[in-house]
Amino acid sequence: MQILTDTHIQFMQRRKLAMVISMVLIIISLASLIFKGVNFGLDFTGGTVLEVGYPNSVELEPIRKILTKGSFEKAVVQHFGSANEVLIRIPPKKNMSNAQISTQLFEILKKHDAAVEMRRVEFVGPQVGEELTESGGLAMLAALGCILIYVALRFEYRFALGSVAALAHDVIMVLGLFSIFGLEFDLTVLAAVLAVIGYSLNDTIVVFDRIRENFRKMRKGSALEIIDSSLNQTLARTIVTSFTTIIVLLALFIFGGELIHGFATALLFGVFIGTYSSIYVASSVLVMMGISKEDLTPVKKEGVEQEEVYEEV
Amino acid sequence: MLNHYPLWKNLVILLTIIIASIFALPNIFGEDPALQIATSKRGIEIDVNTLARIEKSLAKENIKINKSTLRQNTGKSNDLLIRFNNESDQLRAKTIIQKQLGDKYAVAINLAPATPEWLLSLGAKPMYLGLDLRGGVYFLMQVDMESALSKTLKAYLSDSRQLMRKAKIRYTGAKLVDEEILLRFKNDEDRENAATRIKRDLKDLLLIEKNIDNQIVLSATINPQKLKEIQTFALKQNITTLRKRIDEKFNGLVEPIIQQQGTDRIIIQLPGIQDTAGAKDILGATATLEYRAVDEEHDVDAALNGKIPVGSKIYYTREEKLNGRLIPSRPVLLKKRMIVSGEHVTNANASIDPETNGALVSVTLDSYGGKKMDDFTKSNVGKGMAVVYLETKRITQTDKDGKKSFITKTTEEVISVATIRGRFSTRFQTTGLDSVQEANNLALLLRSGALAAPVYIIEERTIGPSLGQDNIDKGFLSVIIGFVAVLVFMLMWYLKMGAMANIALALNLVIIVAVLSMLQATLTLPGIAGIVLTIGMAVDANVLIFERIREELRNGNTPQNSIHSGFEKAFMTIADANITTLIAAFVLFVVGTGAIKGFAITLSIGIMTSMFTAIFVCRGIVNFIYGGKKVDSLSI
Repeated sequence: MQILTDTHIQFMQRRKLAMVISMVLIIISLASLIFKGVNFGLDFTGGTVLEVGYPNSVELEPIRKILTKGSFEKAVVQHFGSANEVLIRIPPKKNMSNAQISTQLFEILKKHDAAVEMRRVEFVGPQVGEELTESGGLAMLAALGCILIYVALRFEYRFALGSVAALAHDVIMVLGLFSIFGLEFDLTVLAAVLAVIGYSLNDTIVVFDRIRENFRKMRKGSALEIIDSSLNQTLARTIVTSFTTIIVLLALFIFGGELIHGFATALLFGVFIGTYSSIYVASSVLVMMGISKEDLTPVKKEGVEQEEVYEEV
Repeated sequence: MLNHYPLWKNLVILLTIIIASIFALPNIFGEDPALQIATSKRGIEIDVNTLARIEKSLAKENIKINKSTLRQNTGKSNDLLIRFNNESDQLRAKTIIQKQLGDKYAVAINLAPATPEWLLSLGAKPMYLGLDLRGGVYFLMQVDMESALSKTLKAYLSDSRQLMRKAKIRYTGAKLVDEEILLRFKNDEDRENAATRIKRDLKDLLLIEKNIDNQIVLSATINPQKLKEIQTFALKQNITTLRKRIDEKFNGLVEPIIQQQGTDRIIIQLPGIQDTAGAKDILGATATLEYRAVDEEHDVDAALNGKIPVGSKIYYTREEKLNGRLIPSRPVLLKKRMIVSGEHVTNANASIDPETNGALVSVTLDSYGGKKMDDFTKSNVGKGMAVVYLETKRITQTDKDGKKSFITKTTEEVISVATIRGRFSTRFQTTGLDSVQEANNLALLLRSGALAAPVYIIEERTIGPSLGQDNIDKGFLSVIIGFVAVLVFMLMWYLKMGAMANIALALNLVIIVAVLSMLQATLTLPGIAGIVLTIGMAVDANVLIFERIREELRNGNTPQNSIHSGFEKAFMTIADANITTLIAAFVLFVVGTGAIKGFAITLSIGIMTSMFTAIFVCRGIVNFIYGGKKVDSLSI
């Protein structure tokens, strides 16, 4: 099948419109992040989560009642995945050894219905959660920093700024999505966000590679035209790779189960946004920074023999 | 010749396929239902005779054994692994064996990997599944270093007191303030003398002369090197003790992973364990015993009114039920200097006293403890001796401002006061325990030794066996569906060339599984997600190459030239794109914990193997099909 080949879309003509859309979305995301915040999961806040299974579907109200009686008033009880499974969240509790909470909780449930089966317990102490929030943010910054350096070394500083702008764009959007819809942000979602950084970057680098190649090869045409034709030449690849990645993520989203849902959601959205940003954000930044052919033509050093890399020139 | 691989390249591909297949193979054999038989009791051996006895009684009941192995474990006693053909045989056999061997042996249901012998002999093993896939408990424990430190400081304080007393140096006060020992003197001369003595005998103390509120003070702190030593020791000692406790508690049936994390944390993983309550009881427990003399010369009531004699302390007995009546707690006056403490216990066993039906612990002391006990009982026949039960617990407190803090609460209860009837040394019994459960736990704790510093669980993750299996099934299903969908798409989009990429992709999956099996890296649910993601992204390299080939063809190049320059030109792009993704994966690996590390590992492995298969192997296949021939058109 060859349906995306030899296109001549003038992407850069619409870059101002794209910029406006991106800015609006970023402002909405940031506003939500600042005013609404992120619904951090247990990994970051600390507390206890107990997942139990019953042989048949269960009503939540009686479970809430017996938990209140057992002095777990603050317990949040909800179904998880199916009506047979129940998830109970307990915020960190005062004056009680935290590790004992899950044991007590399960005993109360067992007294109520002996058929209950323990599926999962997660307890995270408050100090662990705090450390994780810190190291998570640090990880994101470290990843961005390392990438900035690598791209600056391999390409040129404007390319590095372009790719990092695209990455920041993607990360803010994904975080914004989780904030706006109040989706739970746990450790797997953090991993997904870092994977989005990896993926989006992959996309951007491929486009940049072509732009660099074309800048050196094409004698005619303005910077805008060269960027446009580079985007068109890589368009088929961009779409195909995004498509295959989205198929496998859909498989994960639909069949992977509840525990991996947040992860799949973040990546699905991230791949989508990452594809868009590698076309519009990264390249637009290049244009804005005033990239020109001269910037990429290798400098001739006296006394040093020119390498024969650029045969096409 | 264009598009022709030299022989060695083809051989590399062939060799990779063979090796990867061998190491990935163990994963398809599944598991046999098995029984594991172990013991943690001293003096009981599991050997060929045990096995022969079991084989005989099973043969009598017509239960066929698939295979049995006597395993010699380092640091632990031997155990037996007996495999069966089906689960009903396994369950029947469990009842029979348990009955035959008695309660000195533990018989547990187990699943043993059914990897054939010849694969095992090559070192091939199935992937190591993480706790979220096989079920089990993960604990992260914080070692309370402050408490280890204060224990050491107290010892130094009493040592320096003794030193000064011996040297007849007069001091007006000695106390511990935070992490500093403060000694007060009347004059400079005394201080100088004390400093000289302490410097000579207690080399690990840093001394500073100070004047606080016009008083002549000598401040002593522990030097940084020693501090580090104390920490390292506390951590190591705790790891050893925790390992012993787990072996005792689960009769050596679990294979715990116990690791140090940072300078003051311990990770404990117990695969397959569901009894988290039992595990928590013994891991953090600090219960121990102290034997103390009853102060017979002084009166308890007088002491209660404030006249506590020097060298004695008021203790309270534990509330207990006797014949249905509640006996309330009462005060007793005990000597401060203890006779023997729990650290000198070498063996302890719980049992039931046939006379009173109460729980008791039979204790054996080491020679030092035995001598002390002997010395004491020899000269104190007819006098009282009390057993004090000590336990430290940590409680979270939230103050008015919502700030959390931890306080350590120590309970000291006298569990028995008895009259010494005769001289004894290393072996004796202690009664007065609440229940058999408590006696069992206490015996276990005394046997496995004390913790050098208290530990607290700060993170727990338990996955039940049914959820573990669910996770495997769901993960496997998404891998298969994602994989097939990508195969179908590639075939439709790139026709014959797509089929060649598909072969490379399939090999990629096999290599990922093989590498994970070889490294025995932990496979987690996010790890499976990493594999799924890799499948989607792995085709990227082929997509880049194929799109390049199409472009070259459009530019009017010959098929052979197009293949050649397509692969050539795409290479740098692929390398750049993958290296940056690797950077992100690496950061994830360094910062992430547990399950997230699993994701980072599979993602990194996937990126590297996909570069190999998509570029090197796929080229090999393309060369094999098209290379060296006259080709008019490409199916792409």
